[in-house]
Amino acid sequence: MEIRKIDSAVITDTVKKLFMDMNYFIGDDILNALKNAEHSETSPIGKNVLAQLIENNKIAAEEEVPICQDTGMAVLFVEYGDRVVIENGSFEDAVQDGVRRAYIDGYLRKSVVNDPVFERVNTKDNTPAIIYTTIVHGDKIKILAGCKGFGSENMSSVKMLTPSAGIEGVKKFILDTVKYAGPNPCPPIVVGVGIGGTFEKAAMLAKKATFRRIDTHNPDERYAELEKELLDEINKMGFGPAGLGGINTALGVNIETYPTHIAGMPVAVNICCHAARHKETEI
Amino acid sequence: MKKINLPLTDDVIRELKAGDSVLLSGSIITGRDAAHKRLFELIENNKPLPVDIQGEVIYYVGPAPAKPGHAVGPAGPTSSYRMDKYAPALLDRGLKGMIGKGARNQEVIDSMIKNNVVYFAAIGGAAALISKSIKKIETLAYEDLGTEAIYRFYIEDFPAIVAIDSTGKSILVK
Repeated sequence: MEIRKIDSAVITDTVKKLFMDMNYFIGDDILNALKNAEHSETSPIGKNVLAQLIENNKIAAEEEVPICQDTGMAVLFVEYGDRVVIENGSFEDAVQDGVRRAYIDGYLRKSVVNDPVFERVNTKDNTPAIIYTTIVHGDKIKILAGCKGFGSENMSSVKMLTPSAGIEGVKKFILDTVKYAGPNPCPPIVVGVGIGGTFEKAAMLAKKATFRRIDTHNPDERYAELEKELLDEINKMGFGPAGLGGINTALGVNIETYPTHIAGMPVAVNICCHAARHKETEI
Repeated sequence: MKKINLPLTDDVIRELKAGDSVLLSGSIITGRDAAHKRLFELIENNKPLPVDIQGEVIYYVGPAPAKPGHAVGPAGPTSSYRMDKYAPALLDRGLKGMIGKGARNQEVIDSMIKNNVVYFAAIGGAAALISKSIKKIETLAYEDLGTEAIYRFYIEDFPAIVAIDSTGKSILVK
């Protein structure tokens, strides 16, 4: 395979478009799920909330304004082909520049502060983005990007379960996390679950799971079944749309897994609001 | 759907019951994490506040920037519990209403009962829709905080639901 040269401006423009588009246009998987929820909802307030969320998504798309004012922190999972060389700059700078331009030119909210504890001064361009890069063989760059609002991010959790906890332990931790979140993370939510790997791998898998379409299932039948079972259990909790009661607390549960250590069974739950904004592309 | 004109009077507050859908018109102030921290520190040190909060309704929001031709960018509520630490001090200073999303702790609810205050829920994530009811925006204080500054919003038929009323009754599911 020959070396492929890609100009850094192509990366910047691609990233910019990804973040602007995901903030204005909700995925059809989410929109369909909201419509189904509106149809099935038994609580009048819940039904009304869902109707307003659907209307909100329509307005955002028509006017090209953000669906939610919390346009999140930018997270990118990149599969970088080892035959690709970036010209006129670095890959990292090109991505950060794309995020910067999306948030400035796209009228997205700048929600990032420079230091977590002491200064907490807004960086005014929503950078830095968080970039996870895997080197793969090939001459393409695949980007899976999302913007993560913090109302729901704050309700997320990681637990280092041990093998004896079994499937029941896994279920209990996931359901406890959702229950603890209650009405706060803008239900109906999307629940991203990462099981396996190490402490941080589980969390990354959970994030990746929230960036997966909710009309897809884990390819392993056992986990696909668990996704369905957890969704049913969560919707029995009764929080409902906006936490004001109802049978639609979650729109989807996505599980991602990875091999793990003989002594461990890490589980991470990344909660996402109904505005689950993500997009992918290949350069 | 009850139409409510602001500012809220004590009688109107007493009439509002958990679960009521309302349309608010008039003016409100905004403030979220960073502005609350500053206001709280001023109160703790017995210093004057940059904004008179007596009789006001505060909206927990950090709006997105306005596109040209728009009065305000999308502006939905942020999670209220993060303001719980600061809210009772503001209610003691005369704040009469709060708009946000999600649960409040018992200290806030107790202070609401004591001070005759109402807590409205706006729909989290319905930011573009909500912004249609915000007609004009002015910066009141802490401009350096950007989206977290204290603004005045002039609103017409702003949709909200009484989540916790002045007797402490809540419709939020626990």
